[in-house]
Amino acid sequence: MTSTTLVPDRPAGDRRPARAGLPLTRVSGLGLGVAMVWFSLLVLIPLAAVVATAAEGGWAGFWRTVTNEQTAATLRLTVGTALLVTLVNVVMGTLIAWVLVRDHFVGKRALEVLIDVPFALPTIVAGLVLLSLYGPDSPLGVNIANTRIAVFLAFLFVTLPFVVRTVQPVLAELDPEAEEAAASLGASRLVTFRRIILPSLIPAIAAGAALSFARAVGEYGSLVLLSGNLPMRTEVASVRILSSVENDNPDSAAAVAVVLLAVSLAVIVFLDVIQRRVVRRG
Amino acid sequence: MSIEISHVGKRFADFVALDDVSLSIKAGRLTALLGPSGGGKSTLLRIIAGLERADTGRVEIDGVDATRLPPQQRNVGFVFQHYAAFKHLSVRRNVAFGLEIRKRSKEEIRRRVDELLALVHLGQFGDRLPTQLSGGQRQRMALARALAVEPTVLLLDEPFGALDAKVRKELRDWLRRLHDEVHVTTVFVTHDQEEALEVADEIVVINDGRVEQVGAPDDLYDRPANEFVMRFLGPVTQLGDQLVRPHDLQLTTDGGDGVPGRITRVTRIGFEIRVEVTTADGQPVTVTLTRNELLALGIGIGTDVRLRIAPNTPTPTLPPTPTLAPAH
Repeated sequence: MTSTTLVPDRPAGDRRPARAGLPLTRVSGLGLGVAMVWFSLLVLIPLAAVVATAAEGGWAGFWRTVTNEQTAATLRLTVGTALLVTLVNVVMGTLIAWVLVRDHFVGKRALEVLIDVPFALPTIVAGLVLLSLYGPDSPLGVNIANTRIAVFLAFLFVTLPFVVRTVQPVLAELDPEAEEAAASLGASRLVTFRRIILPSLIPAIAAGAALSFARAVGEYGSLVLLSGNLPMRTEVASVRILSSVENDNPDSAAAVAVVLLAVSLAVIVFLDVIQRRVVRRG
Repeated sequence: MSIEISHVGKRFADFVALDDVSLSIKAGRLTALLGPSGGGKSTLLRIIAGLERADTGRVEIDGVDATRLPPQQRNVGFVFQHYAAFKHLSVRRNVAFGLEIRKRSKEEIRRRVDELLALVHLGQFGDRLPTQLSGGQRQRMALARALAVEPTVLLLDEPFGALDAKVRKELRDWLRRLHDEVHVTTVFVTHDQEEALEVADEIVVINDGRVEQVGAPDDLYDRPANEFVMRFLGPVTQLGDQLVRPHDLQLTTDGGDGVPGRITRVTRIGFEIRVEVTTADGQPVTVTLTRNELLALGIGIGTDVRLRIAPNTPTPTLPPTPTLAPAH
């Protein structure tokens, strides 16, 4: 088709990953050592201890504990509500981040600061705020105390900033010219969002979703006042763990903890996998 | 596929980017919008593409009023200075984007993308991500992406501005040859007068939101409409009241007519020698010579010479300008 010539291309970006198995330098060896010791002390050993405690009663004991009617109900409520809240956050968090980055309005800076309040507030204070606003003495006339909606609302409150804060910087760094290029190639705004903007945001959204889910699954302080902790109805896993410990039943507490651990890990891995897949597909 | 721009104006807050610009861009030509940065040339290009909306005036592309059309419906190809690559998509998917939007068949897309990648010499880079390409390669990818939709006009906004000098020159030659093959009406924005003179069929000089002059490169160089165009298109120096190009001045040592002066400085830049002559009334005048001319004249610092404008020099008739600082 063409006879134009050009200096032959050398492949640019021919970057090879550093070869595995190369000996570490003394400094990087020391760094790796310190990092591993720190990580082990803070994370690996405690987690292993929890798993070991849960395993003490054997598989049958573990299974009996987690399928106990009341425990199973708390796990269902906790994980189910956390998933739902994460889903809401993915949509609302992205939307709020979009507004904060793309729109200019009076009070934007104030909103910027306010977004972090649920994160910075001690959770029990958040719980108190929710109780006085939506409890039996609600000035709004909205009483959701002792209902599952209270759990949902408390989760929503404390996890609000995660997706916003992970998506916001990525959105701010996006190249607006890529969107203009898509428009001049004929893509509608919706198609541009779905095919050009969203794939760039997916890793950030997934990271925010993972944080939001992990935080919700372990939430205690913000819901303990408003939800009433009614067994079989509004009791969440963290409350169940506490009551197990108080009833001198550490094995049961550990078993619930291990389930939460496994679920969190599964969700994080799942989000990572879909993120990679979406990004690749474009 | 001509473009007609009539009485287009555009303001950004207090800044007047374009002030009643009218311009007619001919079909099938390669036109350069040339001017200093902030002069309005990119704004004009973006208005043609629909990426910016004119406050006043009218834009017609190929006989169709496009003033209110969104960019999606203008069928223009746009190439950005910083490539605007879709970073998460492979080179192939980048080029295919416009065709996928137009719901062409898989087979057609594959064939067309192969063709375009060959055209821009990226045949074996199709599966790379844009970040794995060099700047010049990325810009060629962007060009292929813009050409994929068979645009009525191709618009390039400082397409080589982000590249280093050598690659820029290569791509410039290549764009010229590509245009000779593809013949799509092309408008490119540049602030580099050499680029415009070398590549374009027609140059539009834009400054301060207004069109200063439109014409073929030779016209503009030899017959600038005003002092701004003359200064912008190449080096100038002043002899008496006359603005003249330094290579259009002659030096003689054998008396005769001409303005007397003495050589005060000699600078060599590669093949070119820049000689500064101070005339009797203290005016510094720059003359450029080749090395051989300098040797033949046997002159150096302190030599008394006479200056005159070479015969057959196209002397621009310039409107009188009150305050002028010598350019060199």
